[in-house]
Amino acid sequence: MDKWKDNKAWFFVLPVFILVAFSAIIPLMTVVNYSLQDIFGPGQRVFVGIEWFEEVLSDKRLHAALGKQLIFSGLVLLIEMPLGVFIALMMPKKGIAASVSLVLVALPLLIPWNVIGTIWIIFTRPDIGLFGAAINGMGIAFDHTSSPIQAWITLMLMEVWHWTPLVVLLAYAGLRAIPEAYFQAAKIDGASTWATFWYIQLPKMRGVLTIALLLRFMDSFLIYAEPFVLTGGGPGNTTTFLSIYLVKVAVGQFDLGPAAAFSLVYFLIILLFCWLFYQVLQNVGKGEKA
Amino acid sequence: MKLEKRNLVFLAYLILLMLPIYWMLNMSLRTNADILSTFSLYPKHITFNNYIKIFTDVSWYSGYINSIIYVTMNMAISLVTALPAAYAFSRYSFLGDKQMFFWLLTNRMAPAAVFLLPFFQLYSTFGLIDTHIAVALAHCLFNVPLAVWILEGFMSGVPREIDETAFIDGYKFPRFFLTIFIPQIRSGIGVTAFFCFMFSWVELLLARTLTTTNAKPIAATMTRTVSASGLDWGLLAAAGILTIVPGALVIWFVRNNLAKGFAMGRV
Repeated sequence: MDKWKDNKAWFFVLPVFILVAFSAIIPLMTVVNYSLQDIFGPGQRVFVGIEWFEEVLSDKRLHAALGKQLIFSGLVLLIEMPLGVFIALMMPKKGIAASVSLVLVALPLLIPWNVIGTIWIIFTRPDIGLFGAAINGMGIAFDHTSSPIQAWITLMLMEVWHWTPLVVLLAYAGLRAIPEAYFQAAKIDGASTWATFWYIQLPKMRGVLTIALLLRFMDSFLIYAEPFVLTGGGPGNTTTFLSIYLVKVAVGQFDLGPAAAFSLVYFLIILLFCWLFYQVLQNVGKGEKA
Repeated sequence: MKLEKRNLVFLAYLILLMLPIYWMLNMSLRTNADILSTFSLYPKHITFNNYIKIFTDVSWYSGYINSIIYVTMNMAISLVTALPAAYAFSRYSFLGDKQMFFWLLTNRMAPAAVFLLPFFQLYSTFGLIDTHIAVALAHCLFNVPLAVWILEGFMSGVPREIDETAFIDGYKFPRFFLTIFIPQIRSGIGVTAFFCFMFSWVELLLARTLTTTNAKPIAATMTRTVSASGLDWGLLAAAGILTIVPGALVIWFVRNNLAKGFAMGRV
């Protein structure tokens, strides 16, 4: 099953390359420029080498933000990936029920991110919000604005509510793309539900699940609007994730240099993780089946 | 019995999923004073004033029109360019293919905050600020890579014998691609179209940076509800409900492609 070798395939890729490079390369180079210079004003700039990078890499608060970010994204993946696949397996397969389910599941994804945070402010208020009132009604004093642990739980709930549908939709589409013949063969062989899942459905979903995992990792690592609106990074700094801290740095200083260096480090961390995930997912299970 | 349990689990998930949205709907049918003063499971005095305001105030509804225009443009550009590229990645090996494939995705990985200024400068240079096409092009940065990745996955699921048989039968590439291959990956195209729509629809930072008035997106309009007297929650909730509608229509149209899956073979 080797692919056809032909460099003319580049002509198919060229339009995409030009389109993406147009928006990608110049801004990236500009940010690299910022990160190496001290900018006093228009036309007044000094080359400072890697000074900003040294400053950023030794910033204790950045380390703290990175730690919180890693925990957050780790939890997101651990919860959303299995939950999403599970829900996709439970979803109705055909008829009007399937159509309606698809539309309903997709709804949270369609709300602009800043609005998500705003809606959850009210939703979790103990006095006038359904969620806050329900938790209070169970006898638990709920106030995510003063308790760090409750702020985290609220953010995780919001995140899982908002983004699990993405995993569900991708997994569902992946499941539907498996030819019926595979299931018939499994049935004839007397395979259990679990065996069917493990040996047929899961391997066949590798493509869509790779995309789902990478997307969830990138977007949760870059999360900004929702926690910024809901908790503002508080209480204290307990929910100050990397992007919230980045904006604090960028706005708090007149100089774009440190913020640019921060952005590039941030970018490289995501790149590294995605590359690792991608390599692992590309190779996992290879050679097991014909 | 087994079927029932399955359905119940899914139903429970759906109900939990709908609660915040129901709360938004509930808020959208009440006045701001009512929302802030009393806890109520359903709107006791239903008012449509929030919706009427949005549909009659040009600064509100133009936001929806602008968003729909640039999102549609983006969806079309992303799909048309990504289809051949995804085919190349799925069928051919060529110089730098793996690197190129991964590079595409790296464009989704940059934190936006510091990139906004250079983006503004770049699009100013081309005189594109405050046009729909500017936002559509800028959103290609993250939607085209996504489209290529999703489509490549679906295309790789199509056996290559289909291509080979068609070429032996004397099909030229364009005809093969449009009449045989694309129908094979309908469900992939449906998913891709929806995700392009979705990510472009909810993106705020780039869209707001590149526009002022003529192409201002709805998500930016909604931030204006913060005024000196605080938030108008009712109005915001109504606008939020309305932002869901176009996307729900999109997924309704692609639902069969999503659900139908794989129709094996053309013969």
